[in-house]
Amino acid sequence: MQTYDLEADGLRGLNAALHAQTSETNQTQWEIVNPRGSHAIAVGLDAPIEVNVKGSTGYYCGGMNKQATVHVHGSAGPGVAENMMSGTVVIDGDASQYAGATGNGGTLVIKGNASSRCGISMKGIDIVVHGNVGHMSAFMGQSGNMVVCGDAGEALGDSIYEARLFVRGSVKSLGADCVEKEMRPEHIELLRDLLDRGGCDAKPEEFKRYGSARQLYNFKVDNAY
Amino acid sequence: MTVKDIDENGPPRTTPIQSATFSNPINAEIRRAAATGIYDIRGGGAKRRVPHFDDLLFLGASVSRYPLEGYRERCDTKVTLGTRFAKNPIELDIPITIAGMSFGALSGRAKEALGRGASEAGTSTTTGDGGMTPEERGHSTKLVYQYLPSRYGMNPDDLRKADAIEVVVGQGAKPGGGGMLLGQKISDRVAEMRNLPKGIDQRSACRHPDWTGPDDLEIKILELREITAWEKPIYVKVGGTRPYYDVALAVKAGADVVVLDGMQGGTAATQDVFIEHVGLPTLACIRPAVQALQDLGVHREVQLIVSGGIRTGADVAKAMALGADAVSIGTAAMVAIGDNDPKWEAEYQKLGTTTGAYDDWHEGLDPAGITTQDPELQQRLDPVDAGRRLRNYLNVMTLEAQTIARACGHNDLHNLEPEDLCALTMEAAAMAQVPLAGTTWWPGKSGAGF
Repeated sequence: MQTYDLEADGLRGLNAALHAQTSETNQTQWEIVNPRGSHAIAVGLDAPIEVNVKGSTGYYCGGMNKQATVHVHGSAGPGVAENMMSGTVVIDGDASQYAGATGNGGTLVIKGNASSRCGISMKGIDIVVHGNVGHMSAFMGQSGNMVVCGDAGEALGDSIYEARLFVRGSVKSLGADCVEKEMRPEHIELLRDLLDRGGCDAKPEEFKRYGSARQLYNFKVDNAY
Repeated sequence: MTVKDIDENGPPRTTPIQSATFSNPINAEIRRAAATGIYDIRGGGAKRRVPHFDDLLFLGASVSRYPLEGYRERCDTKVTLGTRFAKNPIELDIPITIAGMSFGALSGRAKEALGRGASEAGTSTTTGDGGMTPEERGHSTKLVYQYLPSRYGMNPDDLRKADAIEVVVGQGAKPGGGGMLLGQKISDRVAEMRNLPKGIDQRSACRHPDWTGPDDLEIKILELREITAWEKPIYVKVGGTRPYYDVALAVKAGADVVVLDGMQGGTAATQDVFIEHVGLPTLACIRPAVQALQDLGVHREVQLIVSGGIRTGADVAKAMALGADAVSIGTAAMVAIGDNDPKWEAEYQKLGTTTGAYDDWHEGLDPAGITTQDPELQQRLDPVDAGRRLRNYLNVMTLEAQTIARACGHNDLHNLEPEDLCALTMEAAAMAQVPLAGTTWWPGKSGAGF
């Protein structure tokens, strides 16, 4: 176990040490203490390591992650796991705005609630939120899956492309071109796997599925607002 | 005219007068809008006449200034970008860079040609909305990687392959606006790079998905620096609207370089009304931007790149005399590699346009094979030959700028200064803050003594 005191030793040293890890590293377990809401913690990682952050983080924790597991034992500020490519990011508490924004792959698990624009422009990431998500979540979502075990705020999936959204609770409103869709057996299976990966004991049958009506895919004057 | 004439021919009639307000082109656009219900989309920058570098003149040396010999004496052109924070600043042989243009809007062969030409001339080229292609990286000695709101194709591996990162806040053709790559240009490869279905219109958002405002931008830049180990210069590109404040805020956010794009700067596609009616002429942007840098004590430490309507070495020299460290060209580079070439006139006619006016780049039917993803049309552009043309053009512009600088007595393009210039019009004098020709005065300047 490698322990790094962020307050004492600084952000640059931390990220440099994490970036130095390769696929063959035997320093696979890292613990970061005293994060104190710092920004850009454990960004741009690219090795099969596990990083446990003992506290809450500021902006962009786990940004552009590849391969690594980043576990925040607290809450996360805006843009957690933004543009993640692969690996896993877990937030024990709540996540602020833009969680998982533009993520291309990997899994983001938020055990509390996520604020607005969760999964904005998501491009393949899987996001599992145990609680609620705020307004404009999955805005322009291109691909990937978002699971919301609680409720969704206004304008869910506005201008969505091919991302799949699963919500167990209420949806305050759907955004432009986002509609409820049939839950077919393959979606139940997909959702079961997502819930399992997210450590969530909800039943897939309790969810509704939402996605694109595909009416905005080509510009038409009658679609303009 | 006699009474008899009136009796025989009727009363005289007034000469038909066309309305300046409702001119024939305006009326044609009204009819087009009424028929289609869709606003006009096109590529390029503002076509209307606005105050520009043509409205400035260099004074040259005489008794009060001592010129350098035009062909013999040294006049440096090198520029280093990213000296503020980056470990590895970019060193360019010439202060003329190639602006961001996307693979998707342009063919892969066109991107290759831009990379080849820029590299041969010792300068950088820039990716665009859609990510970095291997051929572009492979043929560009210095490549700037754009970080755009859409984040199409964005990934940390390419970020680390780049020589610099350009955070695009806006562009001169459409400050405050996003973009749309229409479905007819979404080939399999473009679709795969952008992670979207083939053939659908692909929107590029008008603002970034995970930051808003200058305080957030500072943190975003921190993240990008951490991911790239503080090696890469980070540019911030803004469209010309409020240049003093935008440049000041970009500096505050930690930019190494500010790219400032005026309304003549091109786009792949947006609404004509946006291009022509939003933003400032390039000429009006430079002095406020330089003032912001000077007020913050970072002029030359944070480099300023100016773009939007740069065509000649004279334009380069004028932009630099007003305080820019370098310029960037997009439309001119496209023309150099073959865009709007008269040899395709018959095909432009078939598309309802003519050489020099072709701007429907979004339709993907470019006869020159540049703004298209059509496999056959693309083959019309030879990237080696086109790259050579771009290199030649860049060399000519550099020689022209050097000629002017020497005539003004400077041994480095960066020694050009506003005192080398005068303006032909009141508007240009006010925007450039240089004297109206033959006077010592410009609008807003107090006093008029020599």
